[in-house]
Amino acid sequence: MGSTLVEKVFSRRCGSDVRAGEVVMAPVDAAMIHDITGPLAIRTFLEMGGERVFDPARVVMLFDHQVPADSIPAAENQAIMRRFAAEQGILNYDLREGVCHQVVLEKGRAAPGEIVIGSDSHTCMYGAVGAFATGVGSTDMGFALRFGALYFRVPETVRATVTGAFPERVGPKDLILSIIGDIGADGATYRAVEFCGEAVSSMGMAGRMTLCNMAIEMGAKAGIVPPDETTWDYVRARRPDIEPFPLASDPGADLADSRTYDVGEFEPQVAVPHNVDNVVPVSRVAGTHVDQVFIGSCTNGRYEDLAEAASVLGDGQFSDRVRVIVIPASRDEYLKALRAGLIERFVEAGALVEAPCCGPCMGGAFGLIAPGEVSLSTSNRNFRGRQGSAEGLVYLASAATAAASAVRGEITDPREV
Amino acid sequence: MTEQIERESGGIRTVEVPRSAASPRVWKFGDDIDTDAIIPGRFLTINDPAELARHAFEGTRDEFAQSVLPGDVVVGGRNFGMGSSREHAPLALKGAGIRYIVAESFARIFYRNAINIGLLPLTTPSTDGFADGAEIAVDPSGGRVTVDGKEFPVEPVPEFLQRIADAGGLIEYARIVGEVETCSTTSR
Repeated sequence: MGSTLVEKVFSRRCGSDVRAGEVVMAPVDAAMIHDITGPLAIRTFLEMGGERVFDPARVVMLFDHQVPADSIPAAENQAIMRRFAAEQGILNYDLREGVCHQVVLEKGRAAPGEIVIGSDSHTCMYGAVGAFATGVGSTDMGFALRFGALYFRVPETVRATVTGAFPERVGPKDLILSIIGDIGADGATYRAVEFCGEAVSSMGMAGRMTLCNMAIEMGAKAGIVPPDETTWDYVRARRPDIEPFPLASDPGADLADSRTYDVGEFEPQVAVPHNVDNVVPVSRVAGTHVDQVFIGSCTNGRYEDLAEAASVLGDGQFSDRVRVIVIPASRDEYLKALRAGLIERFVEAGALVEAPCCGPCMGGAFGLIAPGEVSLSTSNRNFRGRQGSAEGLVYLASAATAAASAVRGEITDPREV
Repeated sequence: MTEQIERESGGIRTVEVPRSAASPRVWKFGDDIDTDAIIPGRFLTINDPAELARHAFEGTRDEFAQSVLPGDVVVGGRNFGMGSSREHAPLALKGAGIRYIVAESFARIFYRNAINIGLLPLTTPSTDGFADGAEIAVDPSGGRVTVDGKEFPVEPVPEFLQRIADAGGLIEYARIVGEVETCSTTSR
């Protein structure tokens, strides 16, 4: 019987044939903690009798949710983590680099075939480089920091095969929203979602990151794209010591489910309040008034997203009825956008451009919405209260749809601007 | 059930003994209850369970924090605890004196976090018959829950997680095992 890509990752790291459904104590190649979940992870590590972390070089630490510290408790949490990093010899990117998931990939801290955990649910984004990556809570993280390993139930695989070529102004965010709408918010619980097909293999790393980032929104344990030349070029630019090796599901691998999507006929998609699987074509909600537009986050804060938004904006202005917040996902992405003139264009058009961080997606730092207000966001969650008041409304869409809506002051099909 | 809750504020540590429910009751919630609802993002700088409990379900069901009693049972529909990996969510429930959460299904990270901190998430085929405010008794070893005198089956947690649950959580489990053997396969 053939093996899935995910079974192969576990088999390779465990040195024996591991199958879906088995529970293994597997080694962890990297573990990421940030300012929100890190202090609890450190506390549980210490409560488990931890003295030294399993390998400081495999721990990634940074702050992105509340930076620069927006309250004294946030400052205290960050101070706890800085002290821990210094004591343990952990490289702490602190608040300098940006949103955790973008930074892990940019710094080459995840690679094909590796098992990576993060105490953040969107850790599944590292599947974009062919790693098995999953979000865990702080106590699991404390255990992993102590022992360098964690229990995993090896997940079954759901395959999403994507054919066709994206029409203009339609892209990976519209695709993943559509897949989530199809599979449902718990349709892939405890499973891994493998993205493949010509529309995925022709996609750059930025788009693959958007896809894998949102696998959790179907309940999935991981999202993963089989590594190909695009992957290896990205990874080897950061980890030149790694030799490429083949890693893909066998043709006869046992799949829990297999679905096919053709993006050739797609139109822009929007997730409407208050669940990510409430997905409709943009035409169904076009004309809805918006108070705030957020372009950024680990889902869609990369240069490619900002360039798409700028292309929709052209030499126009954002509506003065809308608060437009643009936040590049990382320092690197910020610099790329800056050098390409995108930041200047956004500022001219009336946007607030903030330093790399989670921003309004975190729902606690800044950019909160009032009762009755509507936010259109390129981020990953539209739960009630996610961006401020529980009486507010959050819609999710691509950077193109966000930019078009920011120009018009209402939800707008980006192909009409 | 009486639990002590330690609270630290401004460097002063106090111990409270909250009033327990004479008859534990159901706090009924629907499908897809997300961790942002259980504890909103603006409270994530708090790490103390008792303090988190004061903000549990704030904005979506304010009366929970005001009148929940230790021993009460949180009941959900499908996909309880979806979303963020924030352990602050099960900690807020633990801080409120919750011991059991009964739902038709759980989101993966929340399920594991709950067991890791010593809560027991139990699944049952349907929670339609669980009325909000009903009296409830949970008997995990007997595989049943009784709501207003009527019995419903609950499924056991997987074997490898049961060992963690039996220890009282992952911290206690880690203290017991001391070290781990990497790549040991436990059970299907």
